[in-house]
Amino acid sequence: MGFNWILISPEIAVLATGFILLILDLFIGKSRGFLLTAVSFIGIMVALWLNYQNYSIMGVGFQGIVINDPIGFYFKIIFCMGTLLTVFISSTYVSREMKGMGEYYVLIFIATFGMMVMASSADLITIFLGLEVMSIPLYVLAGIHRGRLRGREAAMKYFLLGAFASGFLLYGIALIFGAYGSTNLVEISQRFLFSSGFSGILTGAGMVFLLVGFGFKIAAAPFHMWVPDVYEGATAPVTAFMSAGPKAAAFAVLFRLFSVFQPVISDNFTTILWILAVITMLWGNLLALSQKNIKRMLAYSSIAHAGYVLIALTVGGRDGISAGLFYLLIYTIVNIGAFSIIIFFSGKNEKYENISDYAGFGYKYPFAAIAMTVFMLALAGFPATAGFAGKYKIFVAAINSGFIWLAIIGIFNSLVSVWYYIGVVVSMYMKQPRDESPTVILSMTLMVAVLVAFIGTVYLGLFPDDWIALSDWAGSHYSWASIVGSLVR
Amino acid sequence: MIIFSILAAVAVFSAVMVITRKSPISSAIYLIVLMCSLAGLFALQGAFFIAALQVIVYAGAIMVLFIFVIMLINLRDNDFGIDKRKIQKYLGFIFAAVILLQAVFITGWAMKEFSNETESAMSSEFYQSPVDSLDQEDYLSAESVAENLFMRFAYPFEVTSILLLAAIIGAFVIARKSDPIDDEGEET
Amino acid sequence: MPGLTHYLILAAALFALGMFGLLTRRNAVGVLMSIELMFNAVNINFVAFSRFLTPEALTGQIFAVFIITIAAAEAAVGLAIVMLIYRNFRGIEVDKINFMKW
Repeated sequence: MGFNWILISPEIAVLATGFILLILDLFIGKSRGFLLTAVSFIGIMVALWLNYQNYSIMGVGFQGIVINDPIGFYFKIIFCMGTLLTVFISSTYVSREMKGMGEYYVLIFIATFGMMVMASSADLITIFLGLEVMSIPLYVLAGIHRGRLRGREAAMKYFLLGAFASGFLLYGIALIFGAYGSTNLVEISQRFLFSSGFSGILTGAGMVFLLVGFGFKIAAAPFHMWVPDVYEGATAPVTAFMSAGPKAAAFAVLFRLFSVFQPVISDNFTTILWILAVITMLWGNLLALSQKNIKRMLAYSSIAHAGYVLIALTVGGRDGISAGLFYLLIYTIVNIGAFSIIIFFSGKNEKYENISDYAGFGYKYPFAAIAMTVFMLALAGFPATAGFAGKYKIFVAAINSGFIWLAIIGIFNSLVSVWYYIGVVVSMYMKQPRDESPTVILSMTLMVAVLVAFIGTVYLGLFPDDWIALSDWAGSHYSWASIVGSLVR
Repeated sequence: MIIFSILAAVAVFSAVMVITRKSPISSAIYLIVLMCSLAGLFALQGAFFIAALQVIVYAGAIMVLFIFVIMLINLRDNDFGIDKRKIQKYLGFIFAAVILLQAVFITGWAMKEFSNETESAMSSEFYQSPVDSLDQEDYLSAESVAENLFMRFAYPFEVTSILLLAAIIGAFVIARKSDPIDDEGEET
Repeated sequence: MPGLTHYLILAAALFALGMFGLLTRRNAVGVLMSIELMFNAVNINFVAFSRFLTPEALTGQIFAVFIITIAAAEAAVGLAIVMLIYRNFRGIEVDKINFMKW
């Protein structure tokens, strides 16, 4: 019985925070949202610290089901950042719009737990369970706002398509289980030696099904139908959360699966991923051009960004994975930053969410507008912002591995995307303000979130070296055999 | 083989009924029939514990929940039928046919390879040839399932408990009656 | 004696039927039932693989147990969402609840 609890200590910390919040919510008044935020903050910090402590004890535990490897380590940092920023941007919003619903935080923390389980699992069972633990709170969060009918519609669409994707995933997992007689990735990779025509066919088919299932979760192009509606319908903090962590978690699993199954899947998968990346980027960017609602625009932009990470997945190997990791970290920070400004401007019940509503904000709220400008430029990939560093790394990785055309299409897409990101900035600075002025939400916690995201964006843009080194280190451990060989205790 | 054929025929027939019936209740009843026939198939394979779960949890608990909700929201027949739009119908048919053909093709191809391999005595270490005279009493009992569940798969089992907690909180938050003051806001 | 192939083809058939239902039903409860159908099809796959390929390890059956649990959790949340939609829209036709254009 190897229950190495220390391996899952960040997960336990996140979960414990969720439970404490659940109990705390019963005893405090509805107005004290601040206490919930503080507890969440402490919980995330503890989780980050425990994750940092785990840095030195990478390994496989729980009968080979949990794996604590550099990639999982890195993804846990991404999830903690995403959740931390989400908690900060939600604080005022939740107490104002949802009468301080404590369950909101609990669901966020349970979803984060699910993501961590996904990122650090070496077994298809826990990958799937983690996915469900992540998804079920998200379905609920999409429709949690009372009196927001679009949110309920979003919840239903998200749920139906999510459950559909789960069905596909399960079918794929069943086929892979049939191929190797095990769901454990460690065992499976040890059985590659005996793999035969039978297991080859089943693995190929299973991976296609898995790709469809995860394609829904990462919002890759043919499977993205739910994204705009759900992103628009859900409330802004929930959308921010959804666009960051869960997407990264699905990518974590994809990175892991593709590096495990590298030896046995055919080269056709590179072509499939190549096509998927191109379609996703083009579709997301072209449709984002015509959007008027800023959340819808960011939804299409998030599809496009999934396309960029798919480039990293196509490239694969050390370079591809480290570029993907770095990009997901940056996207999490920048995107939640952008959403924090949307919350700031949105007014009661998110009345002002059209890009044209942002007219003249540049003069009324100069600091917020500067922050928004920086986030938009970072999403577009302007030099000296974090977005540039991330995109640069991905395109260089693609070029170095011989995917010249993929890099060119990616660069072309980034150029297209500049148009709609700049549209927001133009609206803020160059248009006359409207007569009716929205009441902005101003609060300490929101300001902290904006500040953290802003500093992160600028810092990662100017001095990305430390984090690039960290993601290179994580990416260099992509090879499954080396992990299993060196880390099994 | 006869038992298998009967159960499989019942399963496919009731699956067709589930997706085509106009009345939600009869759809649900056919789903229960389907689940019971699947339970029979599981028992046929010696998976008695799964068979029991299939009847108790699926056919029992989950379907009761379905029927309860159908009753509660007073679902009428004409709200329930297949989509009237032709496009949707054809699209669904094509998709399903593609998936079916693909899955059957994969199965057939893989099984051909499989039989080739077992014939040429390439039986690898991890495939045990199907044991027909399995000592089922001893082997596939609830006890061995429990042993696996609580020893080897203890961690997923714990994760499942979190999943159920999330579902409880989620269902509670979603289905809670809203306060009257909260219903201002957007109009339909 | 039915072989692995029989079970796999049965599972494929049920999965495809579930998919057909999912795409053609215009009612959220009907869609949910189709999803349950798909999950059941996958269960057949797992139990059959477990029985015919790895009879000494029960991984497939364990997975089936987890799938049943997940199906229960999804059904609970899904039906809660259906109830919510019904209260707000007075109907649960998937195609009618479409205020946001795709």
